[in-house]
Amino acid sequence: MDVILFLIFAIIAVVCAINVVVQTHPISSAISLVGVMGSLAILYLTLGAEFLAAAQVIVYAGAVMVLFVFVIMLLNAGAETKKGQSSMALFLGGPLLVALLILLVWFVQSRYSETVHFGGFRGGSAQDVGRALFTTYLLPFEVTSILILIAILGAIVLARKEMD
Amino acid sequence: MSGVPISWYLTLSAILFTLGVAGFLFRRNIITVFMSIELMLNAVNLSFIAFSYRLQQVNGHLIAFFVMVVAAAEAAVGLAIILTVFKNRQTLNIDEIDSMKN
Repeated sequence: MDVILFLIFAIIAVVCAINVVVQTHPISSAISLVGVMGSLAILYLTLGAEFLAAAQVIVYAGAVMVLFVFVIMLLNAGAETKKGQSSMALFLGGPLLVALLILLVWFVQSRYSETVHFGGFRGGSAQDVGRALFTTYLLPFEVTSILILIAILGAIVLARKEMD
Repeated sequence: MSGVPISWYLTLSAILFTLGVAGFLFRRNIITVFMSIELMLNAVNLSFIAFSYRLQQVNGHLIAFFVMVVAAAEAAVGLAIILTVFKNRQTLNIDEIDSMKN
């Protein structure tokens, strides 16, 4: 049961991620990315991260991707043109990427043989995350709020109409 | 009933990260490049949460939470920059946005 559930959502995530990369139209990539994020939220749940699964759906699949789709619609972005494709990136980057993937997979497969049982970790609820957030991680949390404020101001300054 | 090895989660994370790097390297649309960055951040978050399960600690969740917050801020600023670039140059192709080259 555990394995089947993992495999279903892992395959959905990988297929959607491949779709993000190969689709030429940005709106298709954005919809595929929502699929990746949704299936990742389910995988977070299987690892006991309940709060983060909810945050993933709300923040990523909700807010960030809506922002992306808005910008794509606003700019009326069409399909990508083929001109200017650098063949250097393909011939050098492709084998390097495959090497990176093989190295990473070999590394994690040779270690970390423990198994995950659903419900095997109960420390990821909103209560536990909130307690850690407001005790151990209070300073980073406050710094994050400043960061968000700066990001809002930056976005307003960048996107407003130019005034003389 | 057998569980899922934790290395499978990490392998999935590695695959997603590599796909994100591939999109970042091979795509020419600036919005798709940006989405590839989000894909990489998500892959790393999955690793953090898998390790958090392995250590039976909540700390990995907090790191993933902060990554999520920073990604949201980054998306807001980055998309504003894309809007400004498009307003000035009428293109989304990253090969044509080269005014800092010369």
